[in-house]
Amino acid sequence: MTSSVFDIELPLLLEAVYRKYHYDFRGYAAASLKRRLTQAMERFGCRTLSQLQDRLLHEPALFPALLDFLTVQVSEMFRDPPYFRALRNKVVPLLRTYPSLKVWVAGCSTGEEVYSLAILLQEEGLLERSLIYATDINASALERAQAGIYDAARIGGFTDNHRKSGARSSLSDYYTAAYGKAVFDKSLKTNIVFADHSLSTDSAFSEVQLVSCRNVLIYFDRVLQDRVLGLFRDSLCRKGFLGLGAKESLRFSAHSYAFSDFVASDKIFQKEAS
Amino acid sequence: MRPTDLVRGIDAVVIGASAGGIEVLSMLLPAIPAGCRVSFFIVMHIPRERPSLLPEVFSARCVLPVKEAEDKEPVQPGTVYFAPPDYHMLIDRGPALALSGDEPVHFSRPSIDVLFDSAADIYGERLMGLILTGANQDGAAGLAAVGRAGGRTVVQEPGSAAVAYLPEAALREGPVDAVLATDELPGLFAAWPKG
Repeated sequence: MTSSVFDIELPLLLEAVYRKYHYDFRGYAAASLKRRLTQAMERFGCRTLSQLQDRLLHEPALFPALLDFLTVQVSEMFRDPPYFRALRNKVVPLLRTYPSLKVWVAGCSTGEEVYSLAILLQEEGLLERSLIYATDINASALERAQAGIYDAARIGGFTDNHRKSGARSSLSDYYTAAYGKAVFDKSLKTNIVFADHSLSTDSAFSEVQLVSCRNVLIYFDRVLQDRVLGLFRDSLCRKGFLGLGAKESLRFSAHSYAFSDFVASDKIFQKEAS
Repeated sequence: MRPTDLVRGIDAVVIGASAGGIEVLSMLLPAIPAGCRVSFFIVMHIPRERPSLLPEVFSARCVLPVKEAEDKEPVQPGTVYFAPPDYHMLIDRGPALALSGDEPVHFSRPSIDVLFDSAADIYGERLMGLILTGANQDGAAGLAAVGRAGGRTVVQEPGSAAVAYLPEAALREGPVDAVLATDELPGLFAAWPKG
């Protein structure tokens, strides 16, 4: 019984958030959203979603904390090394043929993947003529991404992943360790633009050759997934590349016809020429 | 309850196991008869960053199709789904499968609790939850959620499980509908109506 009341409260809360804060979670996959909101209820001491809605509407200070519950994904640098290896070996040779490059990391959260791509492009001698757009809806996550500071305890895992990705340099070339933190090199950021962008409500903003959007679409329902894949199709140049998460697919999307498999095992797709 | 009573009115089964799970699943899944219309969802704790061989291993021995879950995939009757390594597997409206990269629960991703909670929401009393051998408490709270939603709850008898920790943790959470010894479990899987 509680579950059916929750099912009534859920769309009401999402509508309230949308109207008051203009963040649109109405197209998020319900099962994960429920889990995160249940955790938020515990954190804020609310017995029901309606109570949480009441507090959100009347205590704006609460909203950034809720946003963290709903959006923050802790990733790793070079997560799924075979993906980066495939980018390096199969995609980079084609990216080289462009005089200038634009890459979009959509839903970049705290930036681990952005720096991974910047380092990869640097190793391949392409960073200089590249521009990386790193976008997310969570301003505090974007700030952390922009800072490029990670716990030193995580660097071991990052280094291991980097090595497995076919690294041509040592990860330690790109950060300075101090006081338990690793601070990534400012020079990497010269070619990165961090920007607030909502995949739910904003439009395409530039033509790019590569979109990397991994483990973001799994949080969206099919309607929103289709919207976002449409955005990627519109943003990509002819024959541009789309990288998704290891367990994401275009199989259930209305836009599957717009892309073909490029490296199927690593979820790299290419926009069809037409 | 006898096996035929336990399986009556059930459309979906969620199964959770960790240490020792492959051996017991090797006895259970091949026992499912051809023509069974029930959907099975399984979380096995396995090391991350390794392609899971579980679907291949079990495909050869089961009459039902066995596959790794894909995000947004509509749930098919008469199919066995395994959670992929390093992702939570959830059941969403549709019913459809959903994956998530959210934080591990009890150090586990995929987590049995996450699967069981989400399936209880969608299937309610048409769900059976089964907890098998395991060395971690992940799954105990999930089984209780299945029970609260009106679903049927079954636990492998701890004394006959390879590792008793998880079944014992599940039994501590509250009463369940059946506690079955390892050699009684295949009978439960053979009892599914055909079509």
